Amino acid sequence: MTTTTTKAPDAKATAAASKALQRSGDWARRAPLLPALILVIVATQLPFVVTIVSSFMRWNAYYPDKRAFAGLANFGTVLSDPDARHAIWITVLLTVSVVLISLLLGLGIALLLDRKFMGQGIVRTMMITPFLIVPVAAALLWKHAIYNPEYGLLNGVLKGVFGNGAPQVDWIGSHPLMSVIVAIVWQWTPFMMLILLAGLQSRPMDVVEAARMDGASSWQIFTNMTLPHLRQYIELAGLLGTIYVVQNFDHVFTITSGGLGTANLPYYIYQTFYTAHDYGLASAAGVIVVILTMIVATVALRTVFSLFKEETR
Amino acid sequence: MSTTTTTPQTSGTVAPQAVNHRKPSMGSHLLGVAAWVIGLLFVSPVLWMILTSFHKEADAATNPPSLFAPLSVDGYKSFFSAGPWPPILNSVTASVVSTVLVLLLAFPAAYALSIRPVRKWTDVLFFFLSTKFLPIVAGLLPIYLFAQKVHMLDNIWLLAIFYTVMNLPIAIWMLRSFLAEVPVEMLEAAQVDGANLITTLRKIIAPVVMPGISSAALICFIFSWNELLFARVLTGTRAETAPVFLTGFVTSQGLFLAKVCAASLVVSLPVLIAGFAAQDKLVQGLSMGAVR
Repeated sequence: MTTTTTKAPDAKATAAASKALQRSGDWARRAPLLPALILVIVATQLPFVVTIVSSFMRWNAYYPDKRAFAGLANFGTVLSDPDARHAIWITVLLTVSVVLISLLLGLGIALLLDRKFMGQGIVRTMMITPFLIVPVAAALLWKHAIYNPEYGLLNGVLKGVFGNGAPQVDWIGSHPLMSVIVAIVWQWTPFMMLILLAGLQSRPMDVVEAARMDGASSWQIFTNMTLPHLRQYIELAGLLGTIYVVQNFDHVFTITSGGLGTANLPYYIYQTFYTAHDYGLASAAGVIVVILTMIVATVALRTVFSLFKEETR
Repeated sequence: MSTTTTTPQTSGTVAPQAVNHRKPSMGSHLLGVAAWVIGLLFVSPVLWMILTSFHKEADAATNPPSLFAPLSVDGYKSFFSAGPWPPILNSVTASVVSTVLVLLLAFPAAYALSIRPVRKWTDVLFFFLSTKFLPIVAGLLPIYLFAQKVHMLDNIWLLAIFYTVMNLPIAIWMLRSFLAEVPVEMLEAAQVDGANLITTLRKIIAPVVMPGISSAALICFIFSWNELLFARVLTGTRAETAPVFLTGFVTSQGLFLAKVCAASLVVSLPVLIAGFAAQDKLVQGLSMGAVR
């Protein structure tokens, strides 16, 4: 773990090395790559082709004889189905709010943990814990042990503090989406915090110290030095968080069972496929998710590309 | 990015302290207290889960909460009498087998993308990454139909293979970023000395890549262990995994809170242990090796 390996000489040396090794054929180089590459292509690209094909078919598992070409009908149904449109909206809302809130919280906590104080290691360990609870288990915990209106922790604390006249809230019933968001934020804030803390600790401290000597205030150091340095870490954390949160199924499934207007696209697809057995419709919804994700991913991949560009040159 | 950033994970570095703590002031004490308060706030649901799991059902479901009710292991007893071992064993099988397969496939691939790179290796690398952007749920139907066709529904090995594919891109990215740091001069020197591939792997490559391998293994294990959606769709009574078992746990009427908390805790235990034991590996793994 050395800190200052620069990439340029390495790249040159790699080029020289590859020249030296060039007598063995290209296929000898490709051979170690192929098993993984073929497996990933077969297991990720082929299913997608099947999804595209079945999205153009009328295909319900309950009526297998009526399978037929349907043209764009499934897409029409999905896009005009208020449930599906709502699911798209919920997916965007859920992802954006979870990623933004947990990024901001993660940044604040990372800044607090970057300082020396008593029990620093213990607090760091406590902060990581939510991320290490199996998501379904965490969702069950929030639903039954925390949000439950009769014996959940939240209402329990309210009653414990304010006595018998305390307001008792039906958390999931009256704030379903907020309940889901809080539970997911709780799990993902540690993730953001860990990546941002790693970023903070990689700051060149001698430069910061020099700025301080020159009379820069803490706020100036934060906005002019820390934030620009953290930018790529914030982008990375946001990007990876988006990849995972956009696919969230466990929390929606467990906390609200997709009810009360909280069904996101993964849940909608699961439901169309698993309960309604409408394969054509589920596939069309799948294709729409992929197209939506591709739009986001094109932007996001460009970001990643700039993050890793010193290596890929 | 991965090459220029290394982060001492322990708090023992000198630099940050030197800057932040010329002299401990009132404000800095307050910030320390704030960190403790926030840390406790985040961990409190887990502490509540642990406490509840050790209460009797009647004490677990009271309002206001009975903090000091007598402790009991009834929750654990009723969880373990519900037959959790087959699902837990299934989860172990799927996670361990897929983690081993991922490493076996990812290491050669990462080698072919770094030490002796194929042509257009950046394209291949980004292809692997792009598959992580494909919403996994879009593959639900075709994979289900395939499993049905080859009679592998409710078969834990199919799930293990699926998890392998799911985690392979992450492991390849991570191992590649480590392999890229193997000093080329040493590889050349080894070649000049006539060292064979095995010796080179063992003496030069292994020491650099080992941390990457353990990070990759940790994160692949956690992601496979946690997975719910596909396990639920692809398995039934025989191959159900621990997360699926958990979802079926709340069907009973009456009091079940202590039991659910005990179950959630037991199922999360492997991830908790692995994650605590290797906190710095967690960061590497989650960022696909981009942050060390």
